[in-house]
Amino acid sequence: MKALFYIIIFVALLVACWQFVKLLGLTKIENQTATDKENNINGWLLLAMMAFIFGLMIWSLFGTRHVLLPQLSASEEGYHIDILFKITMTMILIVQFVMQILIFWFSFKYRGNVNKKAYFFADSHKLEIWWTVIPASVLFILIGYGLWTWNQVMDSSDAENPLVVELYAKQFAWEARYAGEDGTLGYGNVRFIEGSNTMGVDMSDKNSADDIPLTPDPTSFVKELHLPKGRKVIFKLRAQESLHSAYMPHFRAQMNCVPGMVTQMAFTPSVTTAEMRKNKDIIKKYEGINKIRKAKGEEPVEFDYLLLCNKICGSGHYNMQLKIVVEEEAEFNKWLASQKTFAESN
Amino acid sequence: MSDHHHKETFVTKYIFSQDHKMISKQYLVTGVIMGIIGVFMSMLFRLQIGYPEKSFGIIEAFLGRSGEGGVMTPDMYLSLVTIHGTIMVFFVLTAGLSGTFSNLLIPLQIGARDMASGFLNMVSYWMFFLSSIIMVISLFVETGPAAAGWTIYPPLSALPELIPGSGLGMTLWLTSMAIFIASSLLGSLNYIVTVLNLRTKGMKMTRMPLTIWAFFITAIIGVVSFPVLLSAALLLIFDRSLGTSFYLSDIYVAGEVLHYKGGSPILFEHLFWFLGHPEVYIVILPAMGIVSEILATNSRKPIFGYRAMIMSIIAIAFLSTIVWGHHMFVTGMNPFLGSVFTFTTLLIAIPSAVKAFNWVTTIWRGNIQMTPATLFSIGFVSTFVTGGLTGIVLGDSALDINVHDTYFVVAHFHLVMGISAIFGMFAGVYHWFPKMYGKMMNKDLGFLHFWITLIAAYGVFFPMHFVGLAGLPRRYYNNTAFPIFDDLLQINEVMTIFAIIGGLAQIIFLSNFFFSIYKGRKAPQNPWKSNSLEWTTPVEHIHGNWPGEIPTVYRWPYDYSKTDENGDLWGGQDFTPQTVPIRQGEEEF
Repeated sequence: MKALFYIIIFVALLVACWQFVKLLGLTKIENQTATDKENNINGWLLLAMMAFIFGLMIWSLFGTRHVLLPQLSASEEGYHIDILFKITMTMILIVQFVMQILIFWFSFKYRGNVNKKAYFFADSHKLEIWWTVIPASVLFILIGYGLWTWNQVMDSSDAENPLVVELYAKQFAWEARYAGEDGTLGYGNVRFIEGSNTMGVDMSDKNSADDIPLTPDPTSFVKELHLPKGRKVIFKLRAQESLHSAYMPHFRAQMNCVPGMVTQMAFTPSVTTAEMRKNKDIIKKYEGINKIRKAKGEEPVEFDYLLLCNKICGSGHYNMQLKIVVEEEAEFNKWLASQKTFAESN
Repeated sequence: MSDHHHKETFVTKYIFSQDHKMISKQYLVTGVIMGIIGVFMSMLFRLQIGYPEKSFGIIEAFLGRSGEGGVMTPDMYLSLVTIHGTIMVFFVLTAGLSGTFSNLLIPLQIGARDMASGFLNMVSYWMFFLSSIIMVISLFVETGPAAAGWTIYPPLSALPELIPGSGLGMTLWLTSMAIFIASSLLGSLNYIVTVLNLRTKGMKMTRMPLTIWAFFITAIIGVVSFPVLLSAALLLIFDRSLGTSFYLSDIYVAGEVLHYKGGSPILFEHLFWFLGHPEVYIVILPAMGIVSEILATNSRKPIFGYRAMIMSIIAIAFLSTIVWGHHMFVTGMNPFLGSVFTFTTLLIAIPSAVKAFNWVTTIWRGNIQMTPATLFSIGFVSTFVTGGLTGIVLGDSALDINVHDTYFVVAHFHLVMGISAIFGMFAGVYHWFPKMYGKMMNKDLGFLHFWITLIAAYGVFFPMHFVGLAGLPRRYYNNTAFPIFDDLLQINEVMTIFAIIGGLAQIIFLSNFFFSIYKGRKAPQNPWKSNSLEWTTPVEHIHGNWPGEIPTVYRWPYDYSKTDENGDLWGGQDFTPQTVPIRQGEEEF
């Protein structure tokens, strides 16, 4: 019933809008397509709009700096992506500024006037060729550099002694297991799920016994995915029932988890959690966050790397996270040694 | 078709009409009503994103049990974004935009008495109407409407165990879309046949207005790609109801392994995007055609590079069918395929750039008449450029990795195909309203509508890029679950305020639209002093469009401000309609 009330308000506004126009007597009759007054007012407004858009762009570019991801990529592969991103963004911004100036300035400058005559200008092959060739050449450079970067990021075939980790996604949590001594994950399939074997690992596979499942930290009761700095990590991704996506924004890494198949991504962490906490972008961002949290009466937080789900997977999609800790390789090895393999925990 | 004498009843004139002009009005009004629903949904979920911890009476009033206490449930949030996307993309921007203007303008601008098949045209509209009704009914089912995102990726869309919206709601969604696709195909076939066969004497393909070129090519893309979505939907229906495993394999739900084996959700993604990407061009090409026509007419200048414009429409259409994989860079698709799709995707920027430059050159040294239609066309070019440029980021596989499925994508496609296309639609409505209803719309309300809408559109979608660059994933019900996003709330609040202003501004349009139909000033024969054929028909609609013979065409439609050898305007006016024969000493363009 309340909905009806809102609908009546809506209709009333609709009617009021028209009545208002009638009251002001704005429904006038004129023979021109647009009067000079209309051309002038809208022409100037278009110029003002250009100022608004540029203001908004500059505010968005600089005013949102402190909320963005840190400029420093936490992985070696991300470093290449960041360079490509900067080059692309610079080009885009230049084109954006030039084009918007042209659009709004021309609209303003050539606003209609009864005494003016438009210039009949229908074609120019020279111009057409120029503005096919220029975007084409810029794009070929971007495509070339983009594909080189793509290969750098996706190709992990030449990695020496990589750490192999399985990430297993389900509604609405992450599980993980490390490949252990042999560097190979035992076969996994949801058909093996039983009791404590929540990831469906085939325990009869000889590679399974030394695999190390990720268990909650005994003190904080929070699951922490530890990764070593400077060693290539190959992630094998699986999903239990729905699509999910393993998204690690700080590492510039993302790959979907697909039921029925194993997908893969890889990167080399290059900044430890401790180092990142000293990064000036992070310090500034977390100062801002903690100020907001304090105002709301919430506990202050410290920076941590995160794994998020980035493919719609159900009602809990928005809260499917896993904490990631990057540490020096020696610390990591110590941590890994303290974890139990499947064989040990049974 | 040229039978002027048969008797018309209320039913044959207004309801089961076979007249293309009436069918176009039916499409428009249905599209507008669906648009109200779609935009209203976006205002509700923007409230949730901007104010996650507040409760709103309006949410409780409209969402009932799913909005108890004035806060919506996560499932309802996902339903709203799903149905918002579906309605806006298909029902408003495909049927409402292309259906309206293809139907109105194809026969009028090429000089035909009606569509090739008036009956198929009527069936096409009524199937669209039926699919709209089914989609609206799905909003009221107990388990909620479809909630798997407008892309309905299985397994989420296949298994009600995963999300309640995948029960009856998804069944209705699929039924509605299957009927919609059939409707769209009937319409498209009709457009193609009409353009190819029913052009009047002298109307060579290279004398057609760019609107017709755009509708024609759009219809071809529709015929090529929509059937693929239909087959994708059918296979999904089989998986849901008949126990097949096209898309499903190795699924463990609620303590048991389901029987599905051997299927792959990636197959669905390929099939979906084989339509899904051309679909964005199905949405934007008609808007481009409309904008080209309006900018030329109201700048009182020929469109710059007519042939280049046609070539770029064709190039975009061709490329649009071989770029779908750029939606799938991080789905587990072979990285080599990713490289190929990066290459083809970035190529699309070239014809798009040509179009943008040509529009800018068209207004250069013009005599721009600032009608609401002109303003919306200028707004179109601006938002198309702003939104299009970020496509260079998203189409580059390496860069896509980190912005895929974040708000950066949402900002990109809303500007480039949402706002732009809807601007094209508004421009078309303001421009051809006199042709549709024989009345003029109120200009001042049109101006007000434009200015608030443009500012709100930029206010919502420009900052949204940066929320995406901060790493915020889309389709998150609540952004407060992660402390890392706490500092984005303020920007989200600003965007929500702009969204609500922009949504409410549409009341101005609706008021102007519905009242002008009845109370508007009577339209003159050719209110914009335009060259094209539709303005030679009488203001009052008649069957067969022209009372006597169909006029013959002698020139292209863009002879604005053409001068003779002395530099004087031909005939003393700044336009030369297509029906005027080439004068002595004049060169045809």
